[in-house]
Amino acid sequence: MTELALSRGSLDRDRLLRLLQDYGVYAGVLVLLLFNFAFTPHFVSTENFRTQAVQVAPVLIVALGMALAIGTEGVDLSVGSVMALATSLLSLYLGYGPWIAALTAVIGGIVVGVANGALIAFVGVQPIVATLALMVAGRGLALVLLPQLKDVRDPGLASLGSGDVLGVPYLVLIAAVLAVLVAFVMRRTTFGRQVLAIGDSRPAARLAGLPVRRVLIVVYVCSGALAAIAGVLATARLTASDPTSLGNLMELSAITAVVVGGTPLTGGRVRIGGTVAGAVLIQLLTTTLIKHDLPPSWTQIAQAVVIVLAVYAARERGRR
Amino acid sequence: MLSVSHLSKTFPGVRALSDVDFTARAGEVHALVGENGAGKSTLIKVLTGVYRPDAGELTYDGEPVRFGTPLQAQQAGISTIYQEVNLVPLMSVARNLFLGREPLGRLGLIDFRRMHREADEALRGLGIRVDVRRPLRELGVGAQQMVALARAVAVDARVVIMDEPTSSLEPREVKTLFGVIRMLRERGVAVVYVSHRMDELYEICDTVTVLRDGRVVHTGPLAELDRLRLVAMMLGREIGEVREEGMTKFTGSHDTEAEPVLRAEGLTVSHRLRDVSLEVRPGEVVGLGGLLGSGRSETAKAIAGALPTDAGRVVVAGVPVRAGSTAAAIRAGISLLPEDRKAEGIVPGLSVRENIALAALPALSRFGLVDDTRIDAIVETFMKRLRIKAAGPHQKVGELSGGNQQKVLLARWLALHPKVLLLDEPTRGIDVGAKAEVQALIDELADDGLAVLLISSDTEELIEGSDRVVVLKDGAVVRELTGDAVTEDALMRAIAAVPAGGSDD
Repeated sequence: MTELALSRGSLDRDRLLRLLQDYGVYAGVLVLLLFNFAFTPHFVSTENFRTQAVQVAPVLIVALGMALAIGTEGVDLSVGSVMALATSLLSLYLGYGPWIAALTAVIGGIVVGVANGALIAFVGVQPIVATLALMVAGRGLALVLLPQLKDVRDPGLASLGSGDVLGVPYLVLIAAVLAVLVAFVMRRTTFGRQVLAIGDSRPAARLAGLPVRRVLIVVYVCSGALAAIAGVLATARLTASDPTSLGNLMELSAITAVVVGGTPLTGGRVRIGGTVAGAVLIQLLTTTLIKHDLPPSWTQIAQAVVIVLAVYAARERGRR
Repeated sequence: MLSVSHLSKTFPGVRALSDVDFTARAGEVHALVGENGAGKSTLIKVLTGVYRPDAGELTYDGEPVRFGTPLQAQQAGISTIYQEVNLVPLMSVARNLFLGREPLGRLGLIDFRRMHREADEALRGLGIRVDVRRPLRELGVGAQQMVALARAVAVDARVVIMDEPTSSLEPREVKTLFGVIRMLRERGVAVVYVSHRMDELYEICDTVTVLRDGRVVHTGPLAELDRLRLVAMMLGREIGEVREEGMTKFTGSHDTEAEPVLRAEGLTVSHRLRDVSLEVRPGEVVGLGGLLGSGRSETAKAIAGALPTDAGRVVVAGVPVRAGSTAAAIRAGISLLPEDRKAEGIVPGLSVRENIALAALPALSRFGLVDDTRIDAIVETFMKRLRIKAAGPHQKVGELSGGNQQKVLLARWLALHPKVLLLDEPTRGIDVGAKAEVQALIDELADDGLAVLLISSDTEELIEGSDRVVVLKDGAVVRELTGDAVTEDALMRAIAAVPAGGSDD
């Protein structure tokens, strides 16, 4: 039925489709919220919103970096491993104080980003392969540095993980600030424009004299640094460093958030607002199903449906 | 054979075709002409089942038909050769030829030996000798086009539609193509031929249909129509006007006394360029002549730093430019309008505004922050000055017509205030009206003191547009035409001459 209506190509349908592509993810969040307001007991409570927001923060931060990488027609699979590396570095250097340790962790992420970027920009390895290599290497390195789970006892980190300002957890605040920062960079800086141009048509960008290599490296450095920040925050929240499991499958969650948010995998377009909403949508979806006592397998199926819907919408846009 | 009547097609905001009648008869070559945006492409897409008409009848072989998909049209015997080759670059030539109808052996596997033999025969019949086992992408664009043609011919087509088939062919290949078209005509195939090139139309076509703004303005035998009237109909202008302005928009010579601003010395790229040297003075248009593959585009790319050189150097206004870096070349004041507008020029997903501002961004921002007011001012200036027709500065460039895309690219470079402008096929694939505008613009820019290097396969454009012509052959300079020697005749002779270091003739 959909096919039939589409082929007729009526103007209203086109417009509806475009609206769906642009605002579908926000509508999805709204629908889930309304559903939960109506049917989920104990959903409307500050405590619940705090939990949800704190859970979504690390995914969101990673997804911001992923959105940049995808915007250049690339992808960064190493983000989960970078989180693990960050947590290892954090607990190793905790003796020097939480700030130094956190800084070291972020530098670790930046180093991975430089390696990714150099492989992609100078050696010409495809992003999926280059970051796959770093994904394996990063996790390995994290485990060498810290072979097993270790408790992190530090008052500074503990307050970062569970403290708040005026009821807003630090984690959420940091994620929000980073999202605004990345959105600002994409909208208002030359770097943002260059990212989009490179993602849309790399030969054109090169001939227009854009610093293609530099931009690519900066993009992967941003992605690495953001993933490392997410790793530090996740560690602070869990009050433990667990390089074996921290950040597992994080790359997939991040890609999901980005794609559901309406950023096409073909590059040339980055939607930060959509990415934020995408991360929130997946989180809400999971929560809704769990709160209604549906098994976790249902959550995965529901996620799959959302992804397929998002990709379907993107495909329609691509054909224009 | 294939005809449409009262055909209409509307896109959101545009009436692409209204009440169009068109008939392609068997054994006849029918020229379909019109400016870009006249509706040629839309008509072709309706004929080949890509689009469905909003209203009107499609009749094929005497029966009313409706093609739902391009495949149905193909199976009915309608073959199309598009402007851009649409084959699979990584597959071998033979596989491309037989794609979808491979000869099968006993076990249902592809009979490669037979396929290669038949492919070789088919291509030989068209006068092309290539190893059919090689991947298609290793062939030149012209040869790829011939493979596409061979494919169209081989499927026993009854209607063959060619959309600007010669835009990337050399004269020799064009001859072969015309041979094939004549053969098709004798076989009783209906050929629809779309082209911007007058000479070709008059050489090969029997009838002509002129489209303008989605309507048929003329249809009838081509021989009864003189060139000027045809051009006038396409442009929708009066004959006197056209005649006065000549066929191209160039006014002629510029000041050629000043010191050269661009000096390229001994540019060498293995297998492609040998010791190419040239100079361009401010306010001068220097043409690069030669056949396809003679190294014209390579020379331009080497000067612009987009092609790494083995030897040689480029000097702009007395300062040597670091080789192999487009950024360095741009900083030195060299701007290249690339040949392949779609792949290397525009960024289709970004807006007109972003595309124009792209290269000039660093100059238009403070501390990495984009200065929107200044960009708006510059974009507005150039959209007006170059008469860019777009719904607004925020329309995506990918949605514009070829001519307007080209103007956006020109604006991108002009916003940088370059000293040297390298134009590689600036008017290819754009309509007559936009062509005239771009040509006039080149003239104007040279008058303003810009040094222009012009590459064009359109000999007329090259001769009328250039003050001097440097003729390339097999990657080396064979001759330089100056002053009164800048004629089509001299260019042909230079290209045809024995490459013994530019012997006198």
